[in-house]
Amino acid sequence: MTKPMTIEDRLGLNKFVVDEEHAHIKVNTAICQTCGPKPCTWACPALLYNLVGGEIKFDYAGCLECGTCRVICPKPGAIDWEYPQGTFGVHFRYG
Amino acid sequence: MAEERMDAIVVGAGPAGSAAALTLARAGLEVLLVERGTTAGSKNMTGGRLYTHALQRLVPGYREAAPLERRVTRELVTFLTAQSAISLDFQSGRFEDNSYTVLRARFDPWLAEQAEAAGAMVATGVKVDDLVLEHGRVVGIRCGEDEMLANVVIVAEGANCLLPRKAGLRTREMSPSHMGTGVKTTIELPRQVIEDRFHLTGDEGACQLFVGDVTKGLPGGGFLYTNGDCLSLGLVITVEAMLKNPVRPADLMEAFKQHPAIAPIIAGGKVVEYSAHLVPEGGIGMMPQVTGDGILVAGDAAGLVLNLGYTVRGMDFAMASGMHAAEAVIDAKAAGDFAKAGLAGYERRLKESFVLKELELYRNAPHFIESTPRMFGTYPALLEGILGRLFTVTGTTEPVHFMQAARAELKGKASVWDLATDAWKGVRAL
Repeated sequence: MTKPMTIEDRLGLNKFVVDEEHAHIKVNTAICQTCGPKPCTWACPALLYNLVGGEIKFDYAGCLECGTCRVICPKPGAIDWEYPQGTFGVHFRYG
Repeated sequence: MAEERMDAIVVGAGPAGSAAALTLARAGLEVLLVERGTTAGSKNMTGGRLYTHALQRLVPGYREAAPLERRVTRELVTFLTAQSAISLDFQSGRFEDNSYTVLRARFDPWLAEQAEAAGAMVATGVKVDDLVLEHGRVVGIRCGEDEMLANVVIVAEGANCLLPRKAGLRTREMSPSHMGTGVKTTIELPRQVIEDRFHLTGDEGACQLFVGDVTKGLPGGGFLYTNGDCLSLGLVITVEAMLKNPVRPADLMEAFKQHPAIAPIIAGGKVVEYSAHLVPEGGIGMMPQVTGDGILVAGDAAGLVLNLGYTVRGMDFAMASGMHAAEAVIDAKAAGDFAKAGLAGYERRLKESFVLKELELYRNAPHFIESTPRMFGTYPALLEGILGRLFTVTGTTEPVHFMQAARAELKGKASVWDLATDAWKGVRAL
């Protein structure tokens, strides 16, 4: 049996064109402080929302652009979700 | 600011958008198809399988020309427990060209090319930031500093849509109870290996849907599609289930790959991609307004998906809705009225076609699935218990009759009344 792949290994297989200048998702961590369960930390398929020292750390670079965080977030205003600028972001070669 | 005003701008070069642009271009209308990915399909993901009836009407010669993966001749529906898989396996020569497996990064560019060849302008790598409104009416799109004007904007931007809200067609954010999250791993294997493992020859393909342990008993399910030279393995779990249970879809995906019924099928394969996408799962009950002044919404953005558990469809609904949106725009141009009333032909056509007739017929399917939790845990376990006893021979001196064993399995899991009511609800909903 093959071992489970880490999320880093899986994201490493994908083609990404990261927009270094501009984050397409902005997280207002002050609002996140008021969120009890923080479902983004488990629901994001790329596991990009992590609790570090009690605060949400989010990295947009490996985003699969699915929108799960946007739908599951219980706190209006905590996640400002836009698509990356044209040509940037994930580029599925199979899809 | 652009001076000229096109007949239509279509946002998103997926099946809905390209079908709309192709239909408009064929009718001689001036249409711009805008796609944020570098190529059409590069932002899209499907399970996936395409039921071909709508494509047949859109591009009758598709079978020779389209980059399809495999012609589906084998259907499997599987209940999963942690250690078992119980399947209904239907392999048949009766499926001529009912459905094909597809990969969107291969299929979508071809469909967008058909639109371009028919005369549509296609702009890739362009993200639409906002709609341009004039007296509350949509008159174009804004991309960065640029504005492009059109009589109608057809929004086909997919499940995770932002523009309908900006146009006031959606008043609230999408509800977790209406959406599923799909994750998928694409695994390369030689063609011959795929054919041997699934008992296929030539262009034949297999599709397998799973319920049970794949989502750890939560609402959702797994899928496995055979493509030409790779497998699409993944699962969908409702966002609402993840809101209530701290379950990671990223981990469910890896656990699914380890399942004793899956591991041998993917053994030796090379994982080449990991993807995720939202799936609108609310049925007709979640449909937003799809018509406004100068705007129409088609495909996943309009929530046009039908999941019955044994068939999962979105791309055929997308193409048909794109075609109907285009037809409504053609009529609106002839009448010179692009306001909501002038575009009313869109919803009329959706209602007259399979799109809303089927979604209406199966209005209760999403509710049945979410209100029958036993489907995802109890019933797979029950089946495993009964079949486990049925197929186990011990030679004991105190043999137990099968019916006695079945009753023992049922005890504590579900009552006969539960079975009867779930079956009745299921028959009515599905």
